[in-house]
Parts: sequence; C-alpha cells; structure tokens
Amino acid sequence: MAKQTRKTPAKSPSKATSTTKKAPSRSRAKKVVPEGTFPTSLELNVTFDTYPAGKFTHKDLGLSIDDVLSMYRNMLLQRRFEERAAQMYGKQKIAGFLHLYIGQEAISTGTSTAIKIGLDSIITAYRDHGHGLALGMTANECMAEMFGKVGGCSRGKGGSMHFFSKEKGLFGGHGIVGSHVPVGVGIAFAHKYKEDGGVSIAFYGDGAAGQGSVHEAANLASLYELPSILVVENNHYAMGTAVHRAFAETEFTHHAVGYKMKAALVDGMDVFSVCKAMQDHVALARENKPSMLEIRTYRYRGHSMSDPQKYRTKEELESKKNEDPIIRLKAYILEHKMTSVKALDAIDEDVKDEVLASVEFAENSPVPDLSEIYEHIYDESDYPYLA
Amino acid sequence: MAVLQYREALRAAMTEEMERDSSVFLMGEEVAEYNGAYKVSEGMLEKFGPKRIIDTPISESGFCGLGVGAAMAGLRPIIEFMTFNFSFVAIDQLINNAAKIRYMSGGQFNIPIVFRGANGAAGQLAATHNTSTESIYATIPGLKVIAPSNPDDAKGLLKSAIRDNNPVIFLESEVMFGWKGEVSDAVDYLIPIGKARIAREGTDVTIVAHSKSHYIAMEVADQLALEGYSAEVIDPRTIRPFDIDTVIESIKKTNRCVIIDESNPFASISSEITYQIQERAFDYLDAPVLRITSKDVPAPYAKNLIEYYMPQAKDAYDACKRVMYVK
Repeated sequence: MAKQTRKTPAKSPSKATSTTKKAPSRSRAKKVVPEGTFPTSLELNVTFDTYPAGKFTHKDLGLSIDDVLSMYRNMLLQRRFEERAAQMYGKQKIAGFLHLYIGQEAISTGTSTAIKIGLDSIITAYRDHGHGLALGMTANECMAEMFGKVGGCSRGKGGSMHFFSKEKGLFGGHGIVGSHVPVGVGIAFAHKYKEDGGVSIAFYGDGAAGQGSVHEAANLASLYELPSILVVENNHYAMGTAVHRAFAETEFTHHAVGYKMKAALVDGMDVFSVCKAMQDHVALARENKPSMLEIRTYRYRGHSMSDPQKYRTKEELESKKNEDPIIRLKAYILEHKMTSVKALDAIDEDVKDEVLASVEFAENSPVPDLSEIYEHIYDESDYPYLA
Repeated sequence: MAVLQYREALRAAMTEEMERDSSVFLMGEEVAEYNGAYKVSEGMLEKFGPKRIIDTPISESGFCGLGVGAAMAGLRPIIEFMTFNFSFVAIDQLINNAAKIRYMSGGQFNIPIVFRGANGAAGQLAATHNTSTESIYATIPGLKVIAPSNPDDAKGLLKSAIRDNNPVIFLESEVMFGWKGEVSDAVDYLIPIGKARIAREGTDVTIVAHSKSHYIAMEVADQLALEGYSAEVIDPRTIRPFDIDTVIESIKKTNRCVIIDESNPFASISSEITYQIQERAFDYLDAPVLRITSKDVPAPYAKNLIEYYMPQAKDAYDACKRVMYVK
C-alpha cells in the first residue's frame, strides 16, 4: 500500500531531547501532571494509508462478478435518477433545493458494498440521494419524496435534503452543514452501548470540515473509542469556495491527527478504492477504533440547481469527466470480460425504466392530506398545538 | 413523604429511571468523577459505572449531537447542561436536530432525550450566565419544555420526561438546587407533562408564575391575604405544552390575572400566555392582564442592579392591587 508521510520539523535544534508522538494511547487511566522534564522540542511523525485509483481489483475485495455488476447497476441508478430529477426540477415537479451527487456515486456504492446494510448506520448531509439509493431505498420512494408526495420516504415532509430510512439504516439527509456529524457519532455510541456490532459512518463535505461540530464529534469519537468513521467527501468546492480558499490545512487526513485517529486518503473516482478503504476501516470500527477518511471526488453538476459555476473552468470540469467512476467501472467490466456490451446496455435500459417508473409513481402518489401537517412532530397524536 | 433537596429529587428521578431502563444514561460536563457541578449526580458514577454516567469535554455541540444520535438509535439519553446558558453553543442540535428530525423523517425516528440543567438568573453572574431560556425553546414545535418549582414536581416531572418519547428541555435552577421540600414516596411517581398545579386557591386575582417566580407569587398571595384579598396561584410547571385551560378556568372565577416570569419580557412566555388569555377569556376579564418580568436589558453584575433587574415582589403586589382596582 502506498504511504504518505508527513513530518513536522522539530522546532528545536536539540534533537536528543525531542519526543516523538507515538501511536494513540487508548488508556483512560487517570493521569496526573506528567512526570519528568519539560520537553525542549516535539516531533510529529504520522503516516497515512492511501487508496489510489486502479490499485485494487474486485478479487482483492472479495467481490464476485455478480457483485461488480450489481455495483455498476447501483451507480448507474443514482446517475440516471438524478439526471431525471434535474429534468423534473426544470419542469417544477421538484422544488426547493436540489443538490446532485453526480460524479460522486463511487463513494455511496463503494460504502454500501462494504457494510452490513440493516445493521450498520449511515448519516450524511443534504446531497443524500446517492447514499439512499445505494442502501437500497427504492427510486419510487425517493422520487416521490422530492415530488412532495405521501409515497415519499419521509411522507413528503423532508424533500430532497431529508431522505431517511430506518429500515436501511439511513439516519438522514441533513441540511445544516456539519450539524449531523455529532449525531453520527451518537449513533456509533448507541451501537457500542447496545453491543450490537454495528458501526456508524458519517459523511460530510469538505465545506463541513470547517465546522466546530465536526471537530467536536471527531474528538468524542476518539475519546470514547466509538465504532465510528468520519468521511470527508472532498469534492473540492464548498458551494463556490475552493478548498484552498477555506482551509489553512487542505489535507483533511491531517485533521485526524489532532484527535489521535487513524486516517486515510482515498480516490473516490474508483469504486474499488472506496470499497477497500471502507472494508478496512469498517473492520477497525468494529473493534471500536474510529477513523477518518478523506475521499477525493468531483461533482459534475453545480452545488445546487441555481449555481452558475463561475468558480471553476470548463476545462477543469471536462478533464474530470475523464475520471468518471461509472465509465471507469464499465471499462473494468469489459476489460475483465465479466459480461458483454449488450448486457451492460440492457442494465442501462433496465435502470432507465426503473427511473421512469419512479417518476410515474411520484406523479400518481397523492399529496399529503392537510391534516398531515400536525402529524409526526410529537409521539402523541393528541398533542395540543396552537391552531 | 420524604424531605429532599431539589437536587436530591432530580437525582432520585434519574436513579429510579436508570434502574428501571438500561437504555437511560447521563452525559455532561463534570457529571461523573466530579459528582456534578451542582452535585445533582452525586454518587451516580459509583452506582451505575462509567458506561452510563459519562463525563464529556466542554463540547456542548458535540455531546448534544451525540445524544440526539443515540436517541435516534434507540437509547434514552439525559444530557446535562451545567447551565442552559451554555446550551446556546449547541442550539443547532436542540432546534434543528432534536426538535425536527422526527418530522423531517415522516415519523420514522423518535428522539427520546432530556436536556436538563440550571436555567435563569442566579445572582451576580453578569449577562451571559443569567439567561432565562424558556421562550427560546418553547417557541420550537417538536420540543417540550418543563420548569418545576419544587422538589416534588422536579422528581415527578423528570421521571415523566425521561420516559417521554420526545425531546424535553428540563429547566432547573442553581438557586433552588439546595431548597428542600416534601416529595411523594409513591412508587413510580409520575406527574403528567402539560398539567398545571393550583398551588393556592383564591377568588380575587389569578397569579401565574413558574420556577423561582412561583415563590414571589406565594409571597404576594400571603401579603394580599393579610389585607383580605384572595389570590389564586397557578404554577404551570410545564411551559410547552402549556395548560391554558387551568388558567382560563381560574380567570373565569377571578376575572383578573397577573403573570410573574423572570424571562426578559419581549416575546416571552408571559406574552404568549397573555395572548391566549385575551383570545379565550376576553369577556371574563375585568382588567388588563399585567406581567412582572426581569428588566428588558442584559443581566448586570452590580449587586444593586441585578436585584433591581429581577422581578420584584413589590411590583407584583402592586399589579395585583391595580387589576383589583384597589389601593
């Protein structure tokens, strides 16, 4: 595995008395004021694993050909679903904010392939369609949610940003940047408390990495030794602000060092790299060893539907399209002769049909009855609202 | 009946509920090894161990969010704020996550969590450590807000709050932690959320006051009684849902109402109660509803100024005389 090494130079010339930061100590024994002399210098020597694109084969991941084809279909479903959603937004069938995940599908699919769906937990921000579909939520319930219909996964109460599925372990779909990351750590806390063997994975964007709540969450996950993975989906732009304009430290793996967490860098344009990283870090989490992943990805569409995208060049966008995770996987499938072009075309047709059917389902699903406005706020059905 | 301090009643409620339900845990700053900043959780670490009595770093946003996630995943967290002044650095977790996730998820996820701790003014602590947060949290659909004035209510309502399937903001008081009162010995002593207590029956004026202000109301009622006037004192106990029915029934009898509330006045609980009274009991009122609150300023430090800032018994007494049209 490729290694990335970072060394912070010792501030003092007196190397002989410098101390080196060791692997994180997990001891929670009471410590009083440290013994001995005050260090004259401190050295930081940390190595991060990386998961480059093209490094792993499906066999390395223990995946069958059927698994790979299923991943291909899953990524394609997310892509076609969102292309159709964008069209429906144009037709004003979908309102509010619509943030597309197009380009980032290897992350959701790579993750859902590596976890135990139903046991493990996922929480993410508002760019949530991909994660929902990857976990097995139906295109029907997802499209209907965006149409504001009762057939939606959240009965039309949440919309595009608030997909939830208790059954599939999707804990949302959250709209306040960074706010859901401590919640994800709390879900990890519950997994450990209940000793159910599950892990919790919290996804957030590069923009969220500047929020205090994310850093508090990272500290708590490590301090309490929780089965938690914090994942930065670095798509390089927080809305229109490029990472280097927002962060003094643009290597997000380095953020983990302050919290004594293992961290790794992953190429998010290769679904196998994501899947392998997740397999490794889920295994760590199951031993209550939390970690952080930076997954570098790229969103091909704007931040939301109203984004003129003046912060990046067309050339940059086009160059990134050469790295398209779906095209990459398709090439891999054909290169390894897993199936024929014809069979892949059939998958494409099947996915298109599923998405079209979801539009029809959403159209036909009724809007919520006005009485629904007072439902699902409190557990009680007779809560006395002002009316 | 046992005589307990307010803090002991809270501890008894938490202890009983933790013995009853293994999914309940207590988390907050200094709750475990320090035995609680105000000794509410004294001895609980020893009794329940570090898995269930958990010290946190000073990271309100982090541990409140952790509580919300744990609640979504089936646990019943009690999150202690050393005081509710510090809840403001975590207000996003309370308002956007605890209160709204159930609704946004179409009812898929309950958030059975209690955020509890000291609320309101507590002397010469200056502006940032003296805030009454009732109206801030009570305005949010999805939250319940409770503010008990005595050990008995504190125990019965905290037990109900821990069993409630919704997020509950449970407002205590630094000043009252040491105050003593009789507490019911009943097994499983539960006071229903949303029910006011008529602390003193009367016929001439209704005084509505919760938490510490309740004691001003009782003092004023005593004073009025010496002069032959009969005040009815209502302690709402729960702020949201508010038991307006009990207040309205009282006003139908007294035709007058004075509200004492140590919150800052603008858009406060007293504003809301007053609105509801005029809507439901306009024809029964013989005088305008008056309120006595803290001053409409940040809490000052100087002893004379903070004393002046707080709602005054003399002002409440004068207000009662005014609505009764007597001198």
